[in-house]
Amino acid sequence: MHYLRALGAIVGRELLRFLHQRGRFVAALVRPLVWLFIFAAGFRSTLGIAVIPPYQTYILYEEYITPGLVGMILLFNGMQSSLSMVYDREMGSMRILLVAPLPRWYLLTSKLLASTCVSILQAYVFLAIAYLYGIQPPPVGYLQVLPALMLGGLMLGALGMFLSSFIKQLENFAGVMNFVIFPMFFLSTALYPLWRLQESSPLLATLARYNPFSQAVELIRFALYGRFEPYAFGYTLITMLVFLALAIWGYNPSKGLMTRRGR
Amino acid sequence: MNLRTILLLLVFIFSSAQADTIVVTLEKDNALAVVDGDSLTLEKTVKIGRRPRDLKFSPDFKKLYVAVSDDDTIQVLDAETYQVVGTLPSGEDPETFAIDPEGRRMYVSNEDDNQVTVIDLATGKVVKAVPVGVEPEGIAVSPDGRWVVSTSETTNMAHWIDPETLEIVHNTLVDPRPRAAAFTPDAEQLWVTSEIGSTLTIIDTGSKAIVKKLHFKIPGVTQALVQPVGVVIDRERRYGYVALGPANRVAVIDARKLEVVDYLLTGKRVWHLAFSRDGKKLFTTNGASHDVTVIDTERRKPVKSIPVGQWPWGVAVRP
Repeated sequence: MHYLRALGAIVGRELLRFLHQRGRFVAALVRPLVWLFIFAAGFRSTLGIAVIPPYQTYILYEEYITPGLVGMILLFNGMQSSLSMVYDREMGSMRILLVAPLPRWYLLTSKLLASTCVSILQAYVFLAIAYLYGIQPPPVGYLQVLPALMLGGLMLGALGMFLSSFIKQLENFAGVMNFVIFPMFFLSTALYPLWRLQESSPLLATLARYNPFSQAVELIRFALYGRFEPYAFGYTLITMLVFLALAIWGYNPSKGLMTRRGR
Repeated sequence: MNLRTILLLLVFIFSSAQADTIVVTLEKDNALAVVDGDSLTLEKTVKIGRRPRDLKFSPDFKKLYVAVSDDDTIQVLDAETYQVVGTLPSGEDPETFAIDPEGRRMYVSNEDDNQVTVIDLATGKVVKAVPVGVEPEGIAVSPDGRWVVSTSETTNMAHWIDPETLEIVHNTLVDPRPRAAAFTPDAEQLWVTSEIGSTLTIIDTGSKAIVKKLHFKIPGVTQALVQPVGVVIDRERRYGYVALGPANRVAVIDARKLEVVDYLLTGKRVWHLAFSRDGKKLFTTNGASHDVTVIDTERRKPVKSIPVGQWPWGVAVRP
């Protein structure tokens, strides 16, 4: 009971914060939409000829990158929530959260779930706009993509949380941007299929293949077309657990980086 | 359950049990690809003559005719077993042909000889060679059997042949390189695609006057690649579909308003098209990507591309 109330409070706070920041909502949508309407339009027919699963026929580039852009929403939100944790820590509201009489891992996981819910909300709004734009996966895909979004969102959120545990100041967030978000996004299957990367650079293709973000995107891509991809699922699940364990460790005052860095 | 429901149910069971079979000519493999219309998978390939191109079933679906261009003949196959049971004297390098609605006569375009060879299907003998324009390509018989039309690629005309006299009675000038012709199922209009002109010319059968000329323009695709070839119109004359060759698109045309309503992505160099028997699916042959794209005509979406073999050219459907 106590546990549920705490979870409700954390999710509620996150949603409330999100809804009150209309600007943030719009901004979070504008990013993938710019990619869809402008970037993808420029490359409309450039994907080349190859039918790759889960697609059964030829597709335009904008259809290909839609799952990648959904992944982008999860990635940026995961990082943004880590930013907000740094902020919370600086402001002191983090202390209120962490001193609640509940296990720390539970509080952190709740926080993670809360930010993932926000991501999923944005992802669906984006998919709705993409539908109106003509990117129309089968109806069942919209349901099946939900667990994929959940898992992908948790994985990327856990990564963000882990990173936030050793960022001391808000200003350092730009570093995360450069060293985590961009390489993760560009070195993935979000923008180009693996066979295309393989053609130009086998090394990059290998890196993209083991990039957890790629696997999360593929999981979403397959789910959106009503199919389940076990490898991507397993990969995303395991990396999620690893990142989560690292984040919990990172936020443990006696063992983690928080004390060692002398905060 | 009343009698009507039972009957409807029976019709449903019966019709769903009867899957379509899609047969595709493979220009480079010298073979036919047979695709199952239910599972949409390649069932088998059957070796036939050299460079098969156009193919048509007889109106009773008992025979399959295939123009094997490099063998200078039209092979007659059993429609079930795909065994060659005979050949027809088509003249040199047959590419396209048409059969009248009763299945009495066949009209073959002889590109190199500038003529249309008329064959009596009962006797298998040539009735007449009708001289037409330079490089005849497209050929069609109107659904009422009243007209035979041949389009010549260099003369840029649709020649109207009277099947009774086998003489040209009228010519309609169209855009450069008319590739294919098709009548609307009500026989009121003739649709002619022009490969170089990038257009579709719609001609009124009664007056032989041009009703409308449609220009194809696809955003993001070089105009030179928009080369209309195959054309089909659905039974209700709601929509017509034009294969746009190397533009890798099929244009969807509102057959009443005569306007392009959509472009659907297919494989490379989309060439010819055929409807499933219920009209709910459309099959396209994509020569350069070696597959057949299946289009859901109700949702107006390509749903699947099936690899079939080297250079698919023509496609025909039987129950």
